[in-house]
Amino acid sequence: MKRIFLTLCLCAALLASCSPVDLNAPMPTFDTGVDSNAWVQIPAGEFHFGQHEDIESTEAYEIMITDVTTAQYADFLNMALVDGYVKVDGDKIVGFYPGDEFRGVKHEEKIEAGDWLFIPLNDPSQRIKFDGKIFTVQAGYENHPMTNVTWFGAWGYCEYNDSRLPTEIEWEKAGRGEDERPFPWGEEILRENANYYSSRDPFEDMSSFGSRTSPVGFYNGQMYDGYQTVDSASPYGLYDMAGNVWQWTGDVYEGMHYRFMRGGSKDTYDMDLRLWVRNNATPTYFSPGVGFRCAR
Amino acid sequence: MPALKTRFNYLFNSTKGLILVAIAMIGIVTAIWGMLSGPMAEMGVREVVIKLFGMDIVQAEREGRIIILYHSIAMAIVAIETYMVTGLLKMKAFFKTAINAIITVGYILTMIFGMGFAYFGHNWAFHGVYIFGLSLIFFAGVLLCIALYPWNKEYYVTDNEYAHTKSGFDLERAAFFATAVTTVLSALFGAVPGSFFGNGFEAFLAENVIRLPEKTTMEYSVIGHLHIMLALIGIMITLIIGRWLNFKGILHKVAMPLMILGTIVLNLGVWGVVTPLEPIAHMVIYVGATPSMFAALLLLIWDWNKLIKDGTAHIQKPNLGHKLSALVRDPLKFGPTWQMLFMNFTTSGIGIFMAIKLDEVFRVWPAREERIELTGHWHVLSAIIATIILLYFGDMNGFKGKLRQWYGWSIIILSDIAFGAVTVFEMKRLFVTEAEQQPLVNGLMYAIDFGLGMLLVILAILLVYRLTDLFKNKGRWTEELDHELAQEVNQ
Repeated sequence: MKRIFLTLCLCAALLASCSPVDLNAPMPTFDTGVDSNAWVQIPAGEFHFGQHEDIESTEAYEIMITDVTTAQYADFLNMALVDGYVKVDGDKIVGFYPGDEFRGVKHEEKIEAGDWLFIPLNDPSQRIKFDGKIFTVQAGYENHPMTNVTWFGAWGYCEYNDSRLPTEIEWEKAGRGEDERPFPWGEEILRENANYYSSRDPFEDMSSFGSRTSPVGFYNGQMYDGYQTVDSASPYGLYDMAGNVWQWTGDVYEGMHYRFMRGGSKDTYDMDLRLWVRNNATPTYFSPGVGFRCAR
Repeated sequence: MPALKTRFNYLFNSTKGLILVAIAMIGIVTAIWGMLSGPMAEMGVREVVIKLFGMDIVQAEREGRIIILYHSIAMAIVAIETYMVTGLLKMKAFFKTAINAIITVGYILTMIFGMGFAYFGHNWAFHGVYIFGLSLIFFAGVLLCIALYPWNKEYYVTDNEYAHTKSGFDLERAAFFATAVTTVLSALFGAVPGSFFGNGFEAFLAENVIRLPEKTTMEYSVIGHLHIMLALIGIMITLIIGRWLNFKGILHKVAMPLMILGTIVLNLGVWGVVTPLEPIAHMVIYVGATPSMFAALLLLIWDWNKLIKDGTAHIQKPNLGHKLSALVRDPLKFGPTWQMLFMNFTTSGIGIFMAIKLDEVFRVWPAREERIELTGHWHVLSAIIATIILLYFGDMNGFKGKLRQWYGWSIIILSDIAFGAVTVFEMKRLFVTEAEQQPLVNGLMYAIDFGLGMLLVILAILLVYRLTDLFKNKGRWTEELDHELAQEVNQ
């Protein structure tokens, strides 16, 4: 009897592990009041870069105060499709990239000039829909960060809008300011500071679909249906510089095809939200936990 | 007072007492610090533990803290293996006493003051004592090399059952010696960059730089150090288990030269990563790892064959069922080599698969996924070594009958559930998308936590039993006081 009971428990656990995930489960919608079209000026000068606080400096530049949203990306695709800047290729949206210099370093892969994947359309967690003519956004995700976008797709968006992806140094300075803080808002992290793995925000359900993105600028000190956030803007007023989605940066390093991401995401532990933490992937990689913002 | 003295004498002057103390220390550290990460952190347990113990945890210093935590646990494991070696192999009494005393002081200082420094505010005097502890362990390692010196004619063997040269040079002792010497030398590959990076307070974890094509010599040294130290701890436990089981015969004669060759070549390969030979270092490592692993396979074949033969000696024509039953009759004797085999599914096999499919599969995924694979891979390898030690420790405790069965099988089954789940977790991207992974992740986490949690409960029960035993005048500890591991080697 005991054996049967144990076997049944084990089978139940296994079945629960294989249960399908409803990627379109209902989600609360909130207006954060943060303008995703706003940019902020970062002054020229030195700052503490990286875990070991090396001194680096930048020229003055502007950077978006939030990640690019799905609505903004859909608008871009609609215009870019008309302009011929992007093309529909089966279940993919592709666009031209001029390629990188190939040096033949170990593990390096060629990135040649040509059409590269911007976004997939057939991924079940893709929030941008295409009816053959118009790109639209799945209801409720309009003010969420654009995800399932490759580095090429991020690069293309910024270039189309007369901007560029921030370099890693620019990205970190915008998030950190001039002191040595590990998080955009300061020294320590609370669950109400950012959207990270099991941060108990209103968008996650760890028993089924897990963590989901939150609207850009969500962690601004507002209360949403009883959920109180802490204002977690960076010293320069940028939101979501820690958590929510990893953000592609623009550096193309010699002898390496990998592209780097910063900021941690809804799927990572708090340690990955520290401003100097780096992640990287091939430029064709896309994920529901990766987005971007532009600089100019 | 005499009662205290005799117990102190048992705990710090007998091999089994020393092993018990080290296992207890590791158990305490693992139980407390295990609550700071993984699912315990999500459940809010981490905050409670931090407050309860008054820990001072600064986010910016995570890497440094973890390096000290790993070293604290690893040094206690190294101490346990050293006690086993000094308890199993012939050596002068002076060396045995000196090595055990120095390494005990070393690992206890390392653990207490290292963890004190890392987790309870940065008292730099503590850091100094931590380094002093590590230095003592290094010194004990040097003494162990001297004690094991295999060219000493006193230790020559004449028994033809064991691997030796015509002159009687003991090849098993030479394998122990080679492992000890290369361990001491490989420690330097951590000590030098440790001093270099520590001087600028620049702690980093190897898994975070592994994908960068350009690495400094010091970074290579750290990566090489952590790989080779774990491999050497694995090789040493294999030799120890072989000695305990009294590995002998033709397979012993083949295995020991392979073990010596493998250990030396493996080390040369790892040391090569900090030289201009770096481009071919991996090839040398594979060449070295193959004979070492083959030697372990020979031990496994010999052990299983012996278990089957001993278990079916009373049956004239044993069938497959009889043989299988005989094989698994004693989990404490079957378990260590089974865990070595299981390691191939969770560690070696995965490592080889990753190496073959690196650019095609694994490096298409983000670096953070690769980090999960790397850290999972060596956490499992470390934990497998720990379970092998616990199985041997169960035998040292003299467990018999049902207790032996329950203890042995619990360790094997619970750990293998956890390790199997970790392996699936590492490889999950092969069969589930990021967006749809949560139910699988949850199921795997339950399996991992259940397996490891119950393992810790068993260890806690064992330690409580041993603690209560210490209060008895005629407890088991009195039997173990003068009993040496060499006396318990299988005959």
